[in-house]
Amino acid sequence: MTDALLTLEGLTKAYPGVIANSDVSFSIKPGEVHALLGENGAGKSTLVKTIYGLVKPDTGRMMLNGAEFSPANPRAARAAGVAMVFQHFSLFEALNVAENIALGMDNPPPTGELAGRIRDVSEAYGLPLDPGRMVGDLSAGERQRVEIIRCLLQNPRLLIMDEPTSVLTPQEVDILFHTLRKLAGEGTSILYISHKLEEIRSLCEDATVLRLGKVVATCDPREKTARELAEMMVGTSLHTPEREGGETGEVLLSVAGLSLPAPSDFGTPLKDISFDLRAGEVLGIGGVAGNGQDELLAALSGERAVPPGMVRFKGRDIGRLRPNARRALGLLAAPEERLGHAAAPEMSLTENALLTGDTREQLTSNGFIKWGKVRDFAARVIDAFDVRTPGTETAAGALSGGNLQKFVIGREILQRPEVFVVNQPTWGVDAAAAAAIRQAILDLSAKGAGVIVISQDLDELMEISDHFTALNEGRIARIRPARDLTIDEIGLMMGGAHDMAEAIV
Amino acid sequence: MNIRLEKRPAPSRMLLALTPLLAVVATMIAGGIMFWALGANPAEAIRTIFWDPLFDETFGAYSRPQLLVKAGPLILIAIGLALGFRAGIWNIGAEGQYIIGAVVGAGVGLAFYPTENRLIFPLMVVAGAFGGWAWAMIPAILKTRFGTNEILVSLMLVYVAENILASVSSGLLKNPDGMGFPGSRNLARDYPAASNLELIPNSGMHWGVVAAFVAVIFAYVLMTRHKMGFAIRLTGEAPRAARFAGVSPTRLVLFALGTAGALAGMAGLFEVSGPAGQISIDFGSGYGFTAIIVAFLGRLHPVGILLAGLLMALTYIGGELAQLMLGMPAAAIQLFQGMLLFFLLAMDVFANYRIRIGQREVA
Repeated sequence: MTDALLTLEGLTKAYPGVIANSDVSFSIKPGEVHALLGENGAGKSTLVKTIYGLVKPDTGRMMLNGAEFSPANPRAARAAGVAMVFQHFSLFEALNVAENIALGMDNPPPTGELAGRIRDVSEAYGLPLDPGRMVGDLSAGERQRVEIIRCLLQNPRLLIMDEPTSVLTPQEVDILFHTLRKLAGEGTSILYISHKLEEIRSLCEDATVLRLGKVVATCDPREKTARELAEMMVGTSLHTPEREGGETGEVLLSVAGLSLPAPSDFGTPLKDISFDLRAGEVLGIGGVAGNGQDELLAALSGERAVPPGMVRFKGRDIGRLRPNARRALGLLAAPEERLGHAAAPEMSLTENALLTGDTREQLTSNGFIKWGKVRDFAARVIDAFDVRTPGTETAAGALSGGNLQKFVIGREILQRPEVFVVNQPTWGVDAAAAAAIRQAILDLSAKGAGVIVISQDLDELMEISDHFTALNEGRIARIRPARDLTIDEIGLMMGGAHDMAEAIV
Repeated sequence: MNIRLEKRPAPSRMLLALTPLLAVVATMIAGGIMFWALGANPAEAIRTIFWDPLFDETFGAYSRPQLLVKAGPLILIAIGLALGFRAGIWNIGAEGQYIIGAVVGAGVGLAFYPTENRLIFPLMVVAGAFGGWAWAMIPAILKTRFGTNEILVSLMLVYVAENILASVSSGLLKNPDGMGFPGSRNLARDYPAASNLELIPNSGMHWGVVAAFVAVIFAYVLMTRHKMGFAIRLTGEAPRAARFAGVSPTRLVLFALGTAGALAGMAGLFEVSGPAGQISIDFGSGYGFTAIIVAFLGRLHPVGILLAGLLMALTYIGGELAQLMLGMPAAAIQLFQGMLLFFLLAMDVFANYRIRIGQREVA
């Protein structure tokens, strides 16, 4: 233990009603890439926030380089050599790269000197970045580089990375891994948080698995299969979705030249999107978040009206139809954001069943709600999709993410959609629930429905799609059969082609 | 030793139900201290406000009916406001809708003077509702068409309404036989077909009180059993989910503001044809603003509003009694009513947070 850079001993942190970390102990060696694995809610975030000085543990202690380490705030943690790249960037779009980096430093050097140091570091680690560019013009991958370089300028001994690849194309992931390996080679330790198991297997030498706040396993991820790692996280064996290669039939949904302006300053305009969706087909739409996924779903679900002729359902122009009129025809949707969009968190599951179920399940008559029937519908969803809840009157917000997602997906699937559009069906869902949801989507298509799955999880899309395309800045790539695609081709479709040339070192 | 507020995982339902009662108790205590500072006996002052209006042998006979007379319009207006408040639509201008409803309704009645026909009063009620509805449609349409803020527009329209009131009471609707004094004919006294008199002698019960009770029942059914009530609650709790569910925000704004305006307009009409009797410059009595307090004190729930309206009416009557009997200034009574809302909002904090007293965590 003496050669460890950071040692955690018996860290425990409880919040009202939940124990986030319970007696967590492990250590990270110098120059090691250490993975922290666990499902959502397993306590990974609390643990790294403890190391970074954002959370104080109730009991337990930390040792950094053999000395007691209890940072009172992130500034103290940085001073001790701990740096962190967050999943969500904290950058100002209207400032340039150097200015953003200076803002995040405790003692920024003069601008000219800083720009020089940014160039040096970015070249040394193969992260090309021009200090004078506006952050607003950068891609997500480039923005992450800004955050990483901001950390590297402090010469950290431990770099914490929280889900760094969720916003990156496969090519950008390669660049990042190249950098991380180089850093580790120079002796910097990296604590790497991700739920993408293949990444962890290729990058990390050691892994600590958390479940319900406790360390349940430590292993060398290179010696395990992704499936074994997933089973350690979940604690049960996993079911792999199966598809029965369905024949595709008539065109159900036809989108032709769909263009829509951005709904707000922060939205993405849709540009000339065209595709046909056939009965029995699963169309996977990949792409990095913020490239028009929400906007496409809103245009298909009817939350936003569309100019005439752009969206047809079985040949009928439905662009002006509102959500319930589209539901009546058989076009159902499940948005990405569970709390506040797909479901109302403060309302009961019964009330949330009414939220989309009214039209097709006839839950009202003359405007009056038949609560008994609504409750039955909610109970059927809970039953059919194994939603773990005390009952139908539980508030949606009280369910775990995975259980609520099963409820949201089940609510739509039980209404027998002819076309089902779903955005991020398994985002933040544990592996067992994700497998169940994917199987339900495949079963639906086997029965002759057309399904559009919008997702950032490429493995998921490859597993369930017949055809694949990607959204990039509101446009879609040419649609290709999914089975012939290589990961490189997918990356190019996702728009990873830009600025690749200079980046490959 | 320090005191911290810690967020509860979920709001305490028991405290949510209890806070109105706790707020009343806290108001009595703080109000008692204030009355004591003003030189009165606090116990006597509290008794004068809360007890004497109902049970005093001398004043009870006069003030008991006043309870319903005052509570009727407060409840009727607050029921309408709560529909919008539940959906995050903030109609602050009920006072204006109340005034315009009274002016339009009274105008229709006066146009028929001195014809006696049983249909005149129902027609006035419809006209009053229409007046309030039309006045509320101004902020509603400006909001849905141009995205203006309904809080500002509805509030500013109160002042427009007050000026219209002043203008018609010394112009268009002025009593021709009034010897030059501003103000319309007295509907309650001089025009039986247009008067809204007590239905049961000495009860205070007039058609406006009946309408308030009916509105409570309708609102309750709407909120618990009807799609529109569900749409209102959904919009208030998760606007994006409401849009996904197919709720049209435009229709909701028109419905909520329109209903609130119509109810406020009806309340104005019942008032002008009954307790007030005539259109006059000082007809606007602040019911439209006090109803906002009533709506929140009643937790935006129809039954809660019914109780809150009665309580608020009691403080009005009791406050007048305290001015009369104990020489308390009117401002002290208004302060007392304000404390009620203040303590209610303060108590709400404890439904969402709990107090932790203890040592700070060792850093």
